[in-house]
Amino acid sequence: MHEGSWSRHDGRAPKRDGVTAAWPAATVAATSVLQVVLVVVGGPLLVGLMRKVRCRLEGRVGPPIRQPLLDLRKLARRERTRPDQASWVFSLAPLVLVGTTLVIAAVAPLLTTDPAFGWYADLFAVVYLLLLGSVALALGALDTGTAFGGMGASRAMTIGAIAEPALLLAILALSVPAHSSDLPAIVSGSLAHPIWLATPQRLLALVAFVIVIVAESGRLPVDNPSTHLELTMIHEAMILEFAGSDLALVKLGESMRLAVMVALLADLFVPWGIATAPGPAHLAVGLVAIVAKVAVLGVVLAAFEVAVAKLRLFRVPELMAGAFVLAVLAVVSSLVTP
Amino acid sequence: MSSDLLVVAAVLGLLAAAAGAAAPAKLRAGLTVLLTVGACGCGFAAAAEVLRTGHTAVVETTRVMPFSGFSLGLDPLGALFVGVAAVVGACAMIFRLGYGSHGLSSRTASSNLPLFVTTLLLVPAASNVTTFLYLWELMALSSLVLVVTDHRSRAEVQVAGQWYAVMTQLGAAAILIALVLLATRTGSQSFTAMAARAEHISTFVRDGVFLLAFAGFASKAGAVPVHVWLPRAHPEAPGPVSALMSAAMVNLGVYGIVRVGDGLLGGGPAWWWLLVMTVGALSALFGSLHSATSTDLKRLLAYSTTDNVGLMLLGVGASGLFAATGHRALALVALAAALLHVVFHAVFKGSLFLSAGSVQQATGTRDLDSLGGLLRRMPLSAPVFMVGGLAIAALPPLCGFVSEWLLLQAMLHGLPSTNSAIAIAMPIGVGALALTGGLTAATFVKAIGIGLLGQPRTEAAVSAEEVPASMVTGAGVLAALCLVLGVAPFLVIPAVLAAARTATGITVPDPLSRGWNLGLTGVHGELAPGLLAGGLVLAIGLAAGARRLAQAAAVRRTEAWGCGRELQTARMEYTATSFAEPLIRVFDDVLRPAQDLDVSHTAESRYYVESATFHTSLDDGFERRFYQPVASGLRWWGALARRLPNGSVHRYLAFGLVALVVVLVVVA
Repeated sequence: MHEGSWSRHDGRAPKRDGVTAAWPAATVAATSVLQVVLVVVGGPLLVGLMRKVRCRLEGRVGPPIRQPLLDLRKLARRERTRPDQASWVFSLAPLVLVGTTLVIAAVAPLLTTDPAFGWYADLFAVVYLLLLGSVALALGALDTGTAFGGMGASRAMTIGAIAEPALLLAILALSVPAHSSDLPAIVSGSLAHPIWLATPQRLLALVAFVIVIVAESGRLPVDNPSTHLELTMIHEAMILEFAGSDLALVKLGESMRLAVMVALLADLFVPWGIATAPGPAHLAVGLVAIVAKVAVLGVVLAAFEVAVAKLRLFRVPELMAGAFVLAVLAVVSSLVTP
Repeated sequence: MSSDLLVVAAVLGLLAAAAGAAAPAKLRAGLTVLLTVGACGCGFAAAAEVLRTGHTAVVETTRVMPFSGFSLGLDPLGALFVGVAAVVGACAMIFRLGYGSHGLSSRTASSNLPLFVTTLLLVPAASNVTTFLYLWELMALSSLVLVVTDHRSRAEVQVAGQWYAVMTQLGAAAILIALVLLATRTGSQSFTAMAARAEHISTFVRDGVFLLAFAGFASKAGAVPVHVWLPRAHPEAPGPVSALMSAAMVNLGVYGIVRVGDGLLGGGPAWWWLLVMTVGALSALFGSLHSATSTDLKRLLAYSTTDNVGLMLLGVGASGLFAATGHRALALVALAAALLHVVFHAVFKGSLFLSAGSVQQATGTRDLDSLGGLLRRMPLSAPVFMVGGLAIAALPPLCGFVSEWLLLQAMLHGLPSTNSAIAIAMPIGVGALALTGGLTAATFVKAIGIGLLGQPRTEAAVSAEEVPASMVTGAGVLAALCLVLGVAPFLVIPAVLAAARTATGITVPDPLSRGWNLGLTGVHGELAPGLLAGGLVLAIGLAAGARRLAQAAAVRRTEAWGCGRELQTARMEYTATSFAEPLIRVFDDVLRPAQDLDVSHTAESRYYVESATFHTSLDDGFERRFYQPVASGLRWWGALARRLPNGSVHRYLAFGLVALVVVLVVVA
């Protein structure tokens, strides 16, 4: 790398001017809107699917896959409550949680390698937006002034303090061969050079990424989303005081976060099928591909959840530290392998 | 023009100091604040002019210091630091108007505060060794006087003052030796002449000068392992003083490293910069870990200063390393990222320390475990602290995110590299930065959530009231800057680039893209902070709209759930100690907390507990394992030496004889 001649990665048209030249403006905006709609609807459905798979594997029938959507509709109509001690921070928290995830859904390469607002932000922005959502929820929990809120916030931030860096490093390891922290560039880069996908750093980063997803979305073995036992709950302790439409927003936000992260996982490690060119046909293929990939990953994650038991709280940081070390190794090995 | 402004700034500052000493008590505060803010204004104008035109503002006179000459030469690198000091100084002085506690209104304190601000404005402008050392020492002494303002009422202040005095004087001695060594070898004490001749001196001397200067400046910057004064002195100093120290003075440590390493010595071998990066990474991790586990609000902020200085040093070190290995454009970007972090750190740490001062004035305590519920009682100061806290946690759309983003970009684009130093240093740097980011988020969730939200934990927090408007303004301006600079970083990027160009002498055109977007030219991966903020506002607005549409009735106030128990009291709330407990447990190999559980049983049966006391404390590992052994060794040495003089004249004559013989033997 020399002065003034930093390698500009091929495989992707130059941004903005190039985009508007090749893609009609309406389609451009449509891709981001489509992604957002997909995540808003798909998030709850993914949660429903995972619940269904779990139930089936445990020999139960389980609620229908669309049950989380029905729950959201029900909750949205219910009354909001606010604890005596809470301030505006409590009311703002669910909005920030959902808002950050909506922005990520608009900028991340989910359906297409060129989402309209993709050049707004890169992988660091995505990670820090996720962190902003977590921080908002933790502050909302502390604002209730209860023991549960503090307990949940403390545990979530402890786990997040190690999980977020692991996530950052895992994606960073993938960005080294692409010479860019731009998520679309990484995805289209690995489409152009499938050999990147078979490198050891991909594998290490993949494992780290999966652990982080499990932790960040509060699923087994880190946290059990279906428990309300005081001693073990993390995420549920934080959202105990939310009710009605606030609770609906929190539930929606967390399912969207899960969907976005699983979709990113899918596109970063198995990029095939994502739309690389404009046009409804490509987008349709991209849509089918991402839905199929996320569904398969959801089923695998759910099956994994059935097989494991919840870890003791203080074993969780060890798991996170493991993910962090794997991510560091991924970055280091990305330097050794070309 | 800009040199005149610089003179006016100095004169106004000295007038303010004189006013602080001489003016009657009623006028003292107003007069000193007015004059010092004027000085800061002139300093800022001079700095802006220099940064805009790129011309050095020169002030030289032999009237003040006849033998060496008093010599100022403000170049863009110095101007950046002057500008930062001016903004922080003005805000801290406005804040000081309402700040009633800590005896800041005494004659000594009132005259030292303007003096301290003035030296902060002039140190980066000094352009010869004598002027620099003179101003540097004046800055150290005036800040020392301010740190111990409150020494009569609290014993901790005296201890803090001792630590600060020793560390700052040791640092100053190292800097003095380094600069004098360089001056004698180059035959001139003017910075420009030294820089021109520095490449001709021997490698051995260059290494020595760099190491000494690095050690001295690192102690002022508060980098590990010479940070020990910082978590003691910053919390004990009065509010505006700790803001000035943390947001403006520690920067000058970084300035010194850049000025000597890049400027005077003109860069050096890779190992210098690997050392700087190592110290930076260690400081970042150590600082963030300790601030994550502190329960004292200002101690937490002080450790987070060590953390942020670590990030700046990571950038400075990366820049030097890139320059040493031929990546000139990246060297410029990395230094620009470090300097951008200097600017942004000053802004958010200034607002944090000032609003922590407001909290301390309103409640009389800085122990997080005794606070809580302040957002309702201090509806202006608390949000100011929140903005600063979210900015320091690098959350978009505030300014901390932008500088960390740029730092990550600079380090990322050094990869993959065939140079093994870069290939090893950059991933470790990125890892340290990432881990620091996660810990900082936990730290400030704790500081904001425990300190400002929830229920008040003590009577002091219940009766807290909003502080005077001047204090809110001083801190609020800086908090507003966090948002403005986070959304529109292009307001300071040109200044930062100009400073980095001056420091490194690298003149690559446009290494960073211009306008609303931020990015390295020629590399994918841009950031549009303005649009990101807009998108965020839009998305939150959408969610709020949806909630409003769905909502049937108004929000009902309820009692929080307490497992069926009525009445949630503040005693049931999580405290800062309990919040940080999991983190202490996770990192107990590094932190080594001391814990002591004392249970006494009732007389009837040992199965019933009568009382239980639990004590936990966390001290600084470096202090315990390095400084305390050294200090007790010195004390032992001192006690040993005290046995020598016993009052006997014969013995003293014998000492004289022995000394004479030794001298003769050595000379012969």
